[in-house]
Amino acid sequence: MRLRLPDLPAAEAQLFPEGRMAGPMPWVIAVMIFLTVLAAAMGMGVSRAATGVAADVAGRVTIQLIEANSVRRAKQAQAIERHLAEQAGVENFQRVSAAEVTALLEPWFGKAGLDQDLPVPMLIDVTLRPGAEKALPQLSEAVRALAPSARIEPHGQWLAPLSAAMRSLVWLAGLLVVLMAVASVAIIVLAARSALNTHRATLEVLHLLGASDPQIARLFQRRLGLDALFGAVIGLFAGSLAILLLGYRFAAMGSDLLGSFGIGLAGWLALLAVPVVTAIMAMLAARLTVLAALRHML
Amino acid sequence: MTHIIQFENVGLRYGNAPETLSDISFSLTRGGFYFLTGPSGAGKTSLLKLLYLAQRPSRGVVRLFGDDMVTMPRDRLPDYRRRIGVVFQDFRLISHLSAFENIALPLRVAGHKEAAIAQRVTELLAWVGLGARTDALPQTLSGGEQQRVAIARAVITQPDVLIADEPTGNVDPAMALRLLRLFEALNQLGTTVVVATHDAQLMSGVGHAHTLRLNEGRLA
Ligand SMILES: Nc1ncnc2c1ncn2[C@@H]1O[C@H](COP(=O)(O)OP(=O)(O)OP(=O)(O)O)[C@@H](O)[C@H]1O
Ligand SMILES: [Mg+2]
Repeated sequence: MRLRLPDLPAAEAQLFPEGRMAGPMPWVIAVMIFLTVLAAAMGMGVSRAATGVAADVAGRVTIQLIEANSVRRAKQAQAIERHLAEQAGVENFQRVSAAEVTALLEPWFGKAGLDQDLPVPMLIDVTLRPGAEKALPQLSEAVRALAPSARIEPHGQWLAPLSAAMRSLVWLAGLLVVLMAVASVAIIVLAARSALNTHRATLEVLHLLGASDPQIARLFQRRLGLDALFGAVIGLFAGSLAILLLGYRFAAMGSDLLGSFGIGLAGWLALLAVPVVTAIMAMLAARLTVLAALRHML
Repeated sequence: MTHIIQFENVGLRYGNAPETLSDISFSLTRGGFYFLTGPSGAGKTSLLKLLYLAQRPSRGVVRLFGDDMVTMPRDRLPDYRRRIGVVFQDFRLISHLSAFENIALPLRVAGHKEAAIAQRVTELLAWVGLGARTDALPQTLSGGEQQRVAIARAVITQPDVLIADEPTGNVDPAMALRLLRLFEALNQLGTTVVVATHDAQLMSGVGHAHTLRLNEGRLA
């Protein structure tokens, strides 16, 4: 595979034959960066989704009344609503209409199964003011005093397992990114060594013709840095395309939970830094490898 | 300062082997023309390596341009190497560079301008009879042609010292004489020339030349 890259300045242009130094290195880097970008995006996306979900459900509570007697149930509901209206910590509350509850239950009972005799639980959605979650135990007690059969369920409680799973995913993604970075560094170091072996004769001649160590190191540095940059940009491009496509798919699903999948501006900036960091790593590896080899010569 | 190169009691040992060079002491005068001769394996290439700073001596003093090369910090050696042109016994042409690019290399290393490089290299290529092979890669050149490229690369900077290790081993007597004239022309311009050779005919070709004779690592 031959590469066309912006080449070295004229004076050093032909010291390394085009593409010969490169070999498969840029393409391996491209694959690594592609995978790294996907893992990083997964981590950032899931982390953002988890934060979003947590913020959405924070302070949201559903009160369930499963009193069988419908007259008593209505009375209790009114009492609870009066109580809620007096609480400073309650931002708003809303009774879920019977039709909505029926719709919720339909999958389990079918249209025909629901008749007037069957007690349908009454639901009240409550939104607490930010910071008022601490008052939840008192609220529960007060509600239970008004209606012994009432159950209070903070939404966060249902989501706890989901949150835990999401956190695990974020950690896993982080671990993948670290592993991939380590592997990329190893590849870059190997590429630097192989470049040195391929061009050892050139390096020796340049040395004997009076080229200084930094002069020779710069040649290798530029070549390897450009190769790595080239691979990393391709990997980033492919990875970004995959992320955008994935985000589009999730948006098309219209799910409340996953509809917001994205990595945000900070995420994109972090991904843009990946090729730059890769190129710098490659330059560093090339420099250190070449300088070490030159130190063995007089 | 008339002594451009001085060796004092220089010894060279490769690894644990017995000394390849022993008790070498001599001085070369600036602007002189020197032949280094001796049987194969006598240590000619080894002595030249000390001269062109590819090797440090195991003992003794090597002085170039009046400065002690043994104690000289490594990062200052490139400046000295740029004042020395070398024709290696095995040529050491860079295989992926054309004849032109190989000859231009010392000028590039020294940071000369492209326009000046092109003119000087083209002139010299014509001088060594390779005007038509400018863009040829070394492996497509004959042994003698490669040798001429190697010589051109050594003299392109008009160095203070020219060191040539068997520079005429692969060319016919007529071409050998022509190359010798090139060395003489350079010598006339002030370059100190050191040529290692077995070729007695070549040595008799330069009237004012001095001869150093090496035998089993010692100067005779
Ligand atoms: N790098 C090395 N490591 C170990 N021994 C070496 C090395 N270079 C040369 N020698 C040994 O040193 C001795 C002198 O070698 P050198 O190349 O200096 O001889 P020479 O006079 O140039 O011979 P020739 O006329 O064949 O070129 C030889 O015995 C050789 O084997
Ligand atoms: Mg020799």
